[in-house]
Amino acid sequence: MGSSFFTPLSWSDSGFILTGVLNTVYISLVAIIVGTLLGLAVGFIRAEANKATNVLLGGILDILRSVPLIIQLILFSTYIGAIGHPLDPFVTGSIVLSLYTMAFMSEVFRGGFESVHQSMIVAGRSLGMSYWQTVVHIRLPIGLRAVFPSWLGVALSVIKDSALVSVIGYMELLRTSEQLISRTQQPLEILIGVGLFYFIVSYPLSLYGKYVERKMAI
Amino acid sequence: MIQIQNVHKSFGSLEVLKGVTMDVNKGEVVSVIGGSGSGKSTLLYCINAIEDIQQGRIIVDEIDVHAKGTNQDRLRQKLGMVFQQWNSFPHLTVLENASLAPRIVLKLSKKEAVERAKKELNHVGLGDKFDEYPTRMSGGQQQRLAIARALAMKPDYMLFDEVTSALDPELVGEVLDTLRMLRDDGMTMICVTHEIAFAREVSDKVAFFHQGVIEEIGPPEQVIVNPQKEATQKFLSKVLH
Ligand SMILES: Nc1ncnc2c1ncn2[C@@H]1O[C@H](COP(=O)(O)OP(=O)(O)O)[C@@H](O)[C@H]1O
Ligand SMILES: [Mg+2]
Repeated sequence: MGSSFFTPLSWSDSGFILTGVLNTVYISLVAIIVGTLLGLAVGFIRAEANKATNVLLGGILDILRSVPLIIQLILFSTYIGAIGHPLDPFVTGSIVLSLYTMAFMSEVFRGGFESVHQSMIVAGRSLGMSYWQTVVHIRLPIGLRAVFPSWLGVALSVIKDSALVSVIGYMELLRTSEQLISRTQQPLEILIGVGLFYFIVSYPLSLYGKYVERKMAI
Repeated sequence: MIQIQNVHKSFGSLEVLKGVTMDVNKGEVVSVIGGSGSGKSTLLYCINAIEDIQQGRIIVDEIDVHAKGTNQDRLRQKLGMVFQQWNSFPHLTVLENASLAPRIVLKLSKKEAVERAKKELNHVGLGDKFDEYPTRMSGGQQQRLAIARALAMKPDYMLFDEVTSALDPELVGEVLDTLRMLRDDGMTMICVTHEIAFAREVSDKVAFFHQGVIEEIGPPEQVIVNPQKEATQKFLSKVLH
């Protein structure tokens, strides 16, 4: 009785799993790219802005950083639904995850911009460079190098955090595996597989980050 | 010609320059000596429009440095500056350090900019270091790179702010030799320096800076060998012993 209701994991599920993997990669990439670009702009503004602007911006960013992502996802998708503009879970998830990423990235980049000593910029100006030329050719490249390991750390945690977007119905890896689990009743195999995926993606990257950090310390 | 006319400069309530007047003619080497904190660096920064001034005028080849309509980025192309701290760009090779500004500021082609940079690097004795990263070089080499980097812009004037002060003693000589070479090339230079013997040797004029004004200015035979003002005598007896 009911034994036919559950069907074991089989090769025919691989397409479904692959969809989950790709969707996880997809939304992570969107959040990392958008979050990095926005974070660069906000980080630069924070490094350059006066105190009042910084207090205001800092407050907003603190909220984004301290409210748990899962709550931000649910709040945002509920609000969007309530005002009558329900969005695709991918779009909703991308917006929230990107802003969340931006909040962390902006602090990373701010630190990078501030690590470039004023005298380096004066040296550039004394060669006739304009303000923006010193930003593009001196502050950005030097600052970015300095914060690369921290940037990578944030990017890695975004890949892991993207699993939370499953709560608003996005078919990323965790949600596909939950569906597979309820069908196959093989939670152990599936969750170990999913865990392995995150590990295989994250671990080499974090090793690479450590390698870069060590190389720069010399 | 650089004309400095009654320049006053304050940082907040601290008046650092209290009416500085001095002319630097084409081809001249002028050394500026004086106690630390007397405003020597500030004066160079004002000439280069890195700092603004509150009163007076600085005129470089008929251009009023701090006038409203002056294109200061453009003006700085005429004025090379080298600092106590060499400020090499750490993410660029030696050759890239020296060719960056010619390329992006003067809009030379990459080939022209590199050629120019190579010529200046050879000139300061870094011909074998093109592909090296500056952080792997000695302070003396980095300071010579800073000089070449400034020269690659083909400036009409060079401003040197205690360019040997941060160097290990054994590296001072190679940088001073580079400055001598520039003087022999006919470069117009203002050198803020603590190297009194060097100032005496290379300068056409020496200016002694004291409490925000030029206390004494004249040929080295006067200011260094036979100072007329008491403050100059005091300063020299302190640094020479
Ligand atoms: N950016 C600045 N802000 C405030 N004070 C400054 C600044 N730059 C220099 N000063 C002050 O101006 C005075 C002269 O400095 P400086 O020109 O560096 O002297 P010097 O080069 O002769 O040693 C010092 O008292 C210094 O503290
Ligand atoms: Mg100084």
